[in-house]
Amino acid sequence: MVELPDIGRISRRQAVHLGALLFLLLMPPAALALDEPFYVSLGSRILIYGLAAASLDLILGFGGMVSFGHAAFFGAGGYVVGILFQHGFEGSDFLGLIPGSDAALIVWPAAMLVAGLLALAIGAVSLRTGGVYFIMITLAFAQMLYFFFVSLEAYGGDDGLSLYGRSRIPGLDLSGDATFYYICLALLLIFLGLGVRLTGSRFGMVVLGVRENERRMVALGFPTYRYKLACFSIAGAVAGLAGALIANQTEFVSPSLMHWTRSGEILVMVILGGMGTLLGPVFGAAAFLMLEEVLSTWTEHWMVVLGPVLIFVVLFARRGIYGWLVGREDEP
Amino acid sequence: MRRKIQFAFAVAAAAGLLPAPALADGIKIGMITTLSGGGSSLGIDIRDGFDLALKQGGGQLGGVQVELIVSDDGRKPETAKQIADRMVKSDKVDIMTGIVWSNLAMAVVPAVTRGGTFYISPNAGPSALAGKMCNENYFNVAWQNDNLHEAMGQHVADKGYNNVYIMAPNYPAGRDALAGFKRFYKGGIAGEVYTKLGQKDYAAEISALRAAKPDAVFFFLPGGMGINFLKQYAQAGLKESIPLFGPAFSFDETILKPVGDAALGVFNSSQWNADIENAANRAFVADFIAEYGRRPSLYASQGYDAARLIGSALAAVKGDMSDKSAFRLALTKAEFESVRGNFRFGANHHPIQDIYVRQVYRDENGELTNKIVGKVFSDHQDAYAKDCIM
Amino acid sequence: MSTLLVLEQVLNGLQLGVMLFLLAAGLTLVFGIMDLINLAHGSLYMVGAFVAATVAQWTGSFMLGLLAALPAAALAGMAVEVVTLRHLYERSHLDQVLATFGLILFFNEMVRIVWGPRAIFMDVPQALSGTVEIVPGAPYPMYRLAIILTGIAIAAFLYVLITRTRVGMLIRAGASNREMIGALGVNVKLLYTLVFGLGAALAGLAGAMAGPIFAVEVGMGEGILILTFVVIVIGGIGSVRGALVGALLVGLVDTLGRAFLPTLLRLVADPATADGVGASLASMSIYILMAAVLIWRPRGLFPAYG
Repeated sequence: MVELPDIGRISRRQAVHLGALLFLLLMPPAALALDEPFYVSLGSRILIYGLAAASLDLILGFGGMVSFGHAAFFGAGGYVVGILFQHGFEGSDFLGLIPGSDAALIVWPAAMLVAGLLALAIGAVSLRTGGVYFIMITLAFAQMLYFFFVSLEAYGGDDGLSLYGRSRIPGLDLSGDATFYYICLALLLIFLGLGVRLTGSRFGMVVLGVRENERRMVALGFPTYRYKLACFSIAGAVAGLAGALIANQTEFVSPSLMHWTRSGEILVMVILGGMGTLLGPVFGAAAFLMLEEVLSTWTEHWMVVLGPVLIFVVLFARRGIYGWLVGREDEP
Repeated sequence: MRRKIQFAFAVAAAAGLLPAPALADGIKIGMITTLSGGGSSLGIDIRDGFDLALKQGGGQLGGVQVELIVSDDGRKPETAKQIADRMVKSDKVDIMTGIVWSNLAMAVVPAVTRGGTFYISPNAGPSALAGKMCNENYFNVAWQNDNLHEAMGQHVADKGYNNVYIMAPNYPAGRDALAGFKRFYKGGIAGEVYTKLGQKDYAAEISALRAAKPDAVFFFLPGGMGINFLKQYAQAGLKESIPLFGPAFSFDETILKPVGDAALGVFNSSQWNADIENAANRAFVADFIAEYGRRPSLYASQGYDAARLIGSALAAVKGDMSDKSAFRLALTKAEFESVRGNFRFGANHHPIQDIYVRQVYRDENGELTNKIVGKVFSDHQDAYAKDCIM
Repeated sequence: MSTLLVLEQVLNGLQLGVMLFLLAAGLTLVFGIMDLINLAHGSLYMVGAFVAATVAQWTGSFMLGLLAALPAAALAGMAVEVVTLRHLYERSHLDQVLATFGLILFFNEMVRIVWGPRAIFMDVPQALSGTVEIVPGAPYPMYRLAIILTGIAIAAFLYVLITRTRVGMLIRAGASNREMIGALGVNVKLLYTLVFGLGAALAGLAGAMAGPIFAVEVGMGEGILILTFVVIVIGGIGSVRGALVGALLVGLVDTLGRAFLPTLLRLVADPATADGVGASLASMSIYILMAAVLIWRPRGLFPAYG
């Protein structure tokens, strides 16, 4: 009696996962066969934003930390790629110390490292506060960074930096949209795999426990601040990787990557897809970007539709697209 | 369960089908411009100016059927980039145009032109695209960003001012503006101030300015920033005592109305004005007012000229875009009647043109607009052309 | 740098602070009582400015514009409260942030559909168009002086309202224990709607007063909204007194930073670097202030409750 619906439930969830995976795997050849290569790059964008949104879900859905400044790490990752690329192109050194590079295996981890350290610093300060104060202080830090890059003349300021191509991986040609798409897909899958393991681990349980009742976790002797900070830094690092990928995808970085509306959009993706599910935000990113694409071709007043859609989702569709796909009784 | 998955596929497929490419004949022009959010009045003017030329030709430019695809970038570089991707790969446009802002142009133009698509800029002219990063497929039909500031520098120097306070937002176009001004104005600088991008309150700057006792003020504050500053400057009672100078961007027809009398009498530089005497301009101004019920701005004139430049080149190659170098050569010649009169391209595909000083006045209908009061430069070329190797 | 200039800049800072206070007061009231973050507060400010500008243009009277803006913003606010926000009181702050983010998009586009994409005109009232010399040698716009006085009057009004009247008592009671006042037979729903209307009217007033000095344009609410949030976070969310102190602090730091940072940096660096770095620092100054305050006091300067 208890087991049967369980199996049904699991298979439904697995079917969704399998369907999504198949769709993602087969999309590029299908798009190319239909002579619509544009959808491969739209697909890459969805995967990249999916990665950013999933990383936010790690702190938002699991850690219960509402960060309104996630775009700061996203943008920082992008800038690491952009700045190193520029130095590599000019043959100069960053701050006269670090040589530029366009090797993905160096630059992308560097982007993660920088964004992770930035998250560590911002998190160390922000996590001292809570609730609305946390929302606002993360927003403030992102704004600080935004204005910093707007006035950073050496790297294009508000104009941003144009890259003259994509990063390089020996043996692979990233400038091909399909190749790049599969790289993004692989990275997203790796993250989702690691993320699921992380949230299921002892670490993940503690973070979940903090979300549910921080006082109790403190009473149980857990250094909750350190757990939250670790979680925040990991999410920042992954957002940095997503930023590195978006810099490659668009071959361009600018401060608009870290504008506060961007943080808002990533939040929206998480909610739209389903919070606390890791996979949901990927669906959310897909829905949001396609909605934007469709509505903006339809009318220049598309915001007048998007706004109410957002309110509707928040008010009535609490579980998000993912929750709706996998079924009602599947409450995590 | 299956139904839901099918639905997911259906949504994806529907999105895939949306921008339906049609039309067998003619050429396709993709326009990326800002139609929503802040600064959308500029994009709307560019689009309407371009559209007007198309309407005058009955859907044709230079006798060639044209399909115009317009997309809103919302002033976000990344969105613009995405649209450009779609236009190149999916719509397979032949020519692109429309971008208002330098930062969006920097995101889109290099990749598009490297890929072999023509890009005709109706507005943004960042220095990089005129110099080091110039491209044979990139043409700017408006100006290089510094041009109007350079003209004002020359004008202020000509008028004999020698202690000028200069001000711009703290971003690349702002710094370029002041550099452009100082390229032709060599007198004393009473103060050089960079304000926050999007700043609303200028009380602190105005107090500092008054204390510095300059004999003139040059400012570049586009859009809402300019409206804020002009109002507050007049309210501080400074407009009568210290004359203001600026580029046309703070005095175009989209801005004069909200600023009101605070702009009356101010001198500004522009490559175009409604009162330039030539047949093309008369037709443009009259038709624009008839079509849209408002006065054209310089942005509208640039959109219009962009369309007419494309038309001239299309006519020269008889609509055959397969020979790109022939089309490029036709563009380079710029054999069209520009609404601003004299117009030709320099070696870097940026205009060589006359730049005027205008003054804001109230016309017979009580509306604020500009009149030309003098010419600062004849056949002026930008300072970056020498860095451009094509 | 003369003492007089410093004095004048302090006055400028106070005036910006007062302007911010008008917005922050409504926002913090709503937050304190309903526990609701309303990002769309800036949209009500925009509605106030647009209505005031339009009515002022029709009638030629600034006062009529101002008087029309108050009920217009209040009505818009109450309508939004009844239709959407009411359903968000029991929800998490995250939901509130997102739904009101949606409201911003909606309001911006609606205003653009109604009034068009261009900024619209609003002038200083004739009677206040001159200048007065408070600080010798520096004529100060009378209109800005009027803003300062209005702000002080509003602060006094709110003080009296909250501490001396029955409505104020309910507001205070609602902030500390909302179930209890419901149990005592107070119509909480109505109280909430009214308080929201009051907050919206204050936002509308701020918008109408801002019209003559700032551009009345779509999106005018966002930039100032972020500033306002900085204000109430510094002051302690829910505290009107905190909002006042926070607003003045932000106004002063922002204005003085812009006015003097580049000059100060010139003492230690070459002029070009000083101007560049100074301008960058000035644009970040209030965020740095906010981070500093929160490091020192994680719940703001005047935590209202909890």
